[in-house]
Amino acid sequence: MPSSESEKAFVRGEAKKFWREGEYNVWFSTLSIGGILLMALTLLVVVTINGLGAFWPSKLALIKLKEGTTYLGEIEQTSRQPNSKEQRIQVKIGNRDLYSLDFKWINLDEVESITYPEEVIALEREEYGNFYGFLKEVHSPDLASGASGLEAIWGLGDQAKTNLSKLSAELRAQAEEMESIRLRRLDLAYKNPQSPRLAGLDKTLAEMGVVFETQVSAQEQAAVESQAHYALFADAGGREKEIPLVKIHRFYYPNQMSLPAKLGHYAVRIYELFFTEPRESNTEGGLFPAIVGTVILVFTMSFVSFPLGVVAAVYMREYARKGVMVQAVRVAVNNLAGIPSIVWGIFGLAFFIYFVGGGIDAFFFPERLPTPTFGTGGVLWASSTLGLLTVPVVIVATEEALGSVPSEIRHGSLALGATQFQTLMRVVLPMSSPRIMTGFILAMSRAAGEVAPLMITGVVKLAPSLPIDLHAPFFHLERKFMHLGFHIYDVGFQSPNVEAAKPMVFVTTLLLLGVVLLMTSFSIFLRNRMKKRFTGRTF
Amino acid sequence: MTQHKIQFSPVMRVRGLDLYYGTAQALFSVDMDIPKHQVTALIGPSGCGKSTFLRCLNRMNDLLGSVSIQGKIEMDDGTDIYDKHQDPIQLRRQVGMIFQKSNPFPKTIYENVVYGLRIAGVNDKKTLDQVVESSLTRAALWDEVKDRLDQSALGLSGGQMQRLCIARAVAVGPEILLMDEPCSALDPKSTAKIEDLILELRGKYTIVIVTHNMQQASRVSDYTGFFYEGKLIEFDRTQQIFTNPKNQQTEDYITGRFG
Repeated sequence: MPSSESEKAFVRGEAKKFWREGEYNVWFSTLSIGGILLMALTLLVVVTINGLGAFWPSKLALIKLKEGTTYLGEIEQTSRQPNSKEQRIQVKIGNRDLYSLDFKWINLDEVESITYPEEVIALEREEYGNFYGFLKEVHSPDLASGASGLEAIWGLGDQAKTNLSKLSAELRAQAEEMESIRLRRLDLAYKNPQSPRLAGLDKTLAEMGVVFETQVSAQEQAAVESQAHYALFADAGGREKEIPLVKIHRFYYPNQMSLPAKLGHYAVRIYELFFTEPRESNTEGGLFPAIVGTVILVFTMSFVSFPLGVVAAVYMREYARKGVMVQAVRVAVNNLAGIPSIVWGIFGLAFFIYFVGGGIDAFFFPERLPTPTFGTGGVLWASSTLGLLTVPVVIVATEEALGSVPSEIRHGSLALGATQFQTLMRVVLPMSSPRIMTGFILAMSRAAGEVAPLMITGVVKLAPSLPIDLHAPFFHLERKFMHLGFHIYDVGFQSPNVEAAKPMVFVTTLLLLGVVLLMTSFSIFLRNRMKKRFTGRTF
Repeated sequence: MTQHKIQFSPVMRVRGLDLYYGTAQALFSVDMDIPKHQVTALIGPSGCGKSTFLRCLNRMNDLLGSVSIQGKIEMDDGTDIYDKHQDPIQLRRQVGMIFQKSNPFPKTIYENVVYGLRIAGVNDKKTLDQVVESSLTRAALWDEVKDRLDQSALGLSGGQMQRLCIARAVAVGPEILLMDEPCSALDPKSTAKIEDLILELRGKYTIVIVTHNMQQASRVSDYTGFFYEGKLIEFDRTQQIFTNPKNQQTEDYITGRFG
């Protein structure tokens, strides 16, 4: 059979080609890239769906069991019962104050009926999570006779809320003012214990204290008065619960909502996520302080890491005499990149906080001791620690970048009578800037995702104030801060109600990814412009 | 070593130049007078030391680290350029250099030309404009680029880039231009343009050109030096070297018997 002979020869030839030309290698690379892409995509999709799905106002199901009890809640998922073939559903029943657990597994074979009554109401509350139930009646001393429904007194509740937040803002302002006077007094007393101005300050403080007391009692009074506007609700089983309006963040009727209404609700929730403070030990509400904290942290880190890394690399590559010493430093730098980040954290605690921060306190704020000012964790020290941690990345990238500038170009500059420094500043650094930028991007992503060192250098679960605000000097880098990465750890693993916090974990992860993506895309945009400018043919 | 006695006014006198790369000697007691406002070609086989010698003339060898030098190179005012009080930066402003591979900076054409002035602290717009026009005109490039001075120099053709490098060197106002195989990466047409330019610049600048191309040496140069194994074998008028070399090695090389 000549044809099959030639076919065989052809196959043999192809097989030979496959091995000799390394085609198997191409397949192998393709597979590995595909695998990596698949994993990254899966992660993104899982995080996105779980994260963004958390805010959708899903319907509330009224579930009646055969034995008579009823539950009201959002059906979260369906799965098989552990020891039988029957299905079971997980229901978010909310009402943590009544049931103490806000999730419940219900076996489907025990269910008599599932209905979606129109009139069920869902409340987002300031504490105890969501409430699902039925509105019974509303009470308010100012209620017009005959009016009913939550909408009728919602305005009164809003007024009370505004009033209360105004009062507490005044309280906070007064407290801050008193604190600054107290610090001034401390300072004065430290420098000159006999100063005649001390008595004056004491008097001011005492007067302010009186005002403060009256403000406190006014606030307490208002809080008590606000309780007068309340609504009576009943849960699925008929248990009644009075909830003051000021404790209700938002109410809605999920089973009556049209699609546009749901979309609107969703948009508001997303807005709150970005721009409001967290509630209920971070498991609800917004992530604004954590977003701000993360961004400020990475920016401050850049100011430590980038100059340090670039200057070190320039010295090593351009000025230092080539030899054992430079080689040793290079090896050391590469090894630094492998140190566990928690060790950096400990170093940051010892060096920055205790040594540098303690030194600053002893030198500039001795009157406040033993209360530390800089001698405790804060954005500055956390970002300095991260800066050191990422310096190796910047050094390695910058060295490579400088090495990639052709020597002809350097010689061209030197031959025109430029000094080495001029050559560096005018030709070498601009030409290597795109590659240096690549190093920055890597360093930034690494820093944004790092959590362990932050935990001992100043990150907190809940920061009372942002590290940036409208009071001079605007940047308060000594302050403690919140961070998205730490938020994930805290909410996901340290929270008392892990199940309820799960959506927040996904949302926070998504946000962290988003923030990193945003910052790196901006840097990549900058890098591409530089690349065009310094290697391309157009400007 | 024979002393080359030729009648001209030298701009640079090289005396007893030895050069070592680490411990390996690359130049052996080179003596040469470089004639003022003439074109001097340096020829010889690869690795004969002609480029190394050229780089000695503006101390570019200093940048290579492990190079040590003995001997003297005197400028026409009598200063030794390797004197330790001599500033190599200052020297390089007087002795410009064009490299084998054109090396424009990734800047605009304009900024490339004024680079030497800017680093010297000249920032007056009018002066710079004048220098740009005169230098580019000298480098026979003005007409081709005058409408796109603000575009990147990297968009020019290979020959234009090399002429831009010449303009850039000329802009600093040097006395001497060193050219290290300036045409070896160019096509014949661009080569012809550069050669025309060299003839054009002759008389205003002293030019020392290293070339592999003996036709080029005979076309553009007034004097030719033949290097072999680190030694200057023969140095004379180009016509003399190419028609009636005194040395057997020179003759063998020129007639193509080796190298």
